[in-house]
Amino acid sequence: MSNVDLGRDTSLPHQELPETERIVREVEARTPAEAAARTAEHERRAAEDPVGARDPLVLNMGPHHPSTHGVLRLVTELDGEVVRDIHPVIGYLHTGIEKQCENKTFWQAITLVTRMDYLSPFFNTHAYTQSVEKLLSLDVPPRAQWIRVMLSELNRITSHLVWLGTSGLELGAISVMFYTFRERDRALDLFEMIAGERMNTRYFQVGGCAEDIPPGFEDLLRRFVDEMPSRIDEYEGLLRANPIWVERTKGIGILPAEQLIDLGVTGPPLRAAGVDLDLRKARPYSGYEHFDFSVPLGTQGDAYDRFLVRMAEMRQSVRIIEQCLDGMPEGPSIVDDRKVVLPPRGELATSMESLIHHFKLVTEGFTVPEGEAYSAVESPRGEIGCYVASDGGPKPLRVHMRDASFVNLQALRPMARGALLSDMVAMIGSLDNVMGGVDR
Amino acid sequence: MSGPRELIDAALPGAVVDLFEDAGGQLTLEVDRARLGEVARFLKGEQGGGFVLLADVTCVDILDGDGRGNRFRLAYQLFSITSGDVLRLRVWADAENPEVDSVQPVWATADWLEREVYDMFGVRFAGHPDLSRILLPFDWEGHPLRRDYPIGGENVWFSDAV
Repeated sequence: MSNVDLGRDTSLPHQELPETERIVREVEARTPAEAAARTAEHERRAAEDPVGARDPLVLNMGPHHPSTHGVLRLVTELDGEVVRDIHPVIGYLHTGIEKQCENKTFWQAITLVTRMDYLSPFFNTHAYTQSVEKLLSLDVPPRAQWIRVMLSELNRITSHLVWLGTSGLELGAISVMFYTFRERDRALDLFEMIAGERMNTRYFQVGGCAEDIPPGFEDLLRRFVDEMPSRIDEYEGLLRANPIWVERTKGIGILPAEQLIDLGVTGPPLRAAGVDLDLRKARPYSGYEHFDFSVPLGTQGDAYDRFLVRMAEMRQSVRIIEQCLDGMPEGPSIVDDRKVVLPPRGELATSMESLIHHFKLVTEGFTVPEGEAYSAVESPRGEIGCYVASDGGPKPLRVHMRDASFVNLQALRPMARGALLSDMVAMIGSLDNVMGGVDR
Repeated sequence: MSGPRELIDAALPGAVVDLFEDAGGQLTLEVDRARLGEVARFLKGEQGGGFVLLADVTCVDILDGDGRGNRFRLAYQLFSITSGDVLRLRVWADAENPEVDSVQPVWATADWLEREVYDMFGVRFAGHPDLSRILLPFDWEGHPLRRDYPIGGENVWFSDAV
């Protein structure tokens, strides 16, 4: 018989593939012929099996599916229209931002983290800069804190507007998007005015904000927040009692509050289930303790409650922005520490020290004491936390984003089991995942 | 008022190796690797402070190691909804055969967070129900967030799947 030694190491234990890998490999045909053979086999078995004992139909929903909010792939096991199980496959948008941050200086990495959750750039940079400020033991001046709060809340409104518009599209309410994107565009104009960019704003610096508020900004922002409550009424008028919207969202995607907490779900999906957890209240940061606002809570925890919670959150954000505008403190918008913060541009022509500091900061960056820090902010999707570790050099040893979308997406599987396929679309929408944040 | 250390020392003697505060004043407990599961279960319970929310699991690759043959430093961020307290657990994983106990049975959210650490660092979690790669393709070689994994220059990855 065979006497050729193939060199196979028999001491290695036979390892079974982990669940997700096994299932994804099973559904992926490597050649067209293999795919055709599998389909034929499936059809043959389906014809033989008695009704009720049939194999599930495995369907790839995504990665390119308009209702999956980007590139989410769900390997779905279907029994008729009922979802038996799903296996989320993510990573299609993975760009290795955390690895790249390790190769940049601390202040260069800010530009990268904005691009993680691309609908809430201010929250990403806020979490990151707060962590670095913790490591440096920097105190951010009050004016910078207020500006940060003001822009974060404006960002919350724009993010919720995208969610509302796209969720409407998924459930057949086409016109909502025309209205929400009208207001969102005005808010993006404000972002452009203050930060120079509409989408991936790199405005928060370590120690404060890159620039002070430009002249004329406050008037435009005030006009925006004056109008916003009536606009929110308009969206609610389109949806709140809309029979299709109500039918599609009521009673959908309910999980018990304890299970949601166990799954790490935060943000509107958790608050819709009645859990009063908002980091702005639970662990106030950036001066949120000085603002008067309430945390909207739901009662049922279904997709409709998540809609109501987000609508109410937008109204609260408007309130917070108004308080920011009314009580904006005077003073510097960034900490006065020349070892960390770029000197004012005008000084470069007159002061040798400023020129040297500027040169050093731009070429080699600032060093951060050895240690680790984690700080979290309440983003439109829940807790965005940033873990930064430093080895004492000018580049981070590790930057890790705890992204709310990534963690919240885990709740989709228990939600979707036993639900209808079309309801799963409403569930994905109601969780409001941003795949840029999930995959990073 | 007794801190978490006293509480754990009373219930699980010897499980906490070290305790310190970071620059932001957050408490970090360094836990004996073999006893992570016990400590996790205790902290989640009422007596341990009710840390019901596991916010984050992440890892740092310390190439030089800690001098005891360990290289991977894991950080678990805990949050207590009732008291608002935060706590970080630190566990070291071995350089040669990095493996720690999974806390997925204690906090379900650790499922994907631990898969990400496994994917990026190659730290294995014993008792995890589904330790697949999560962000990278299944047949990716290496663990990119290790400090000895070079940046750039990786092969363009094609699949022959149709």
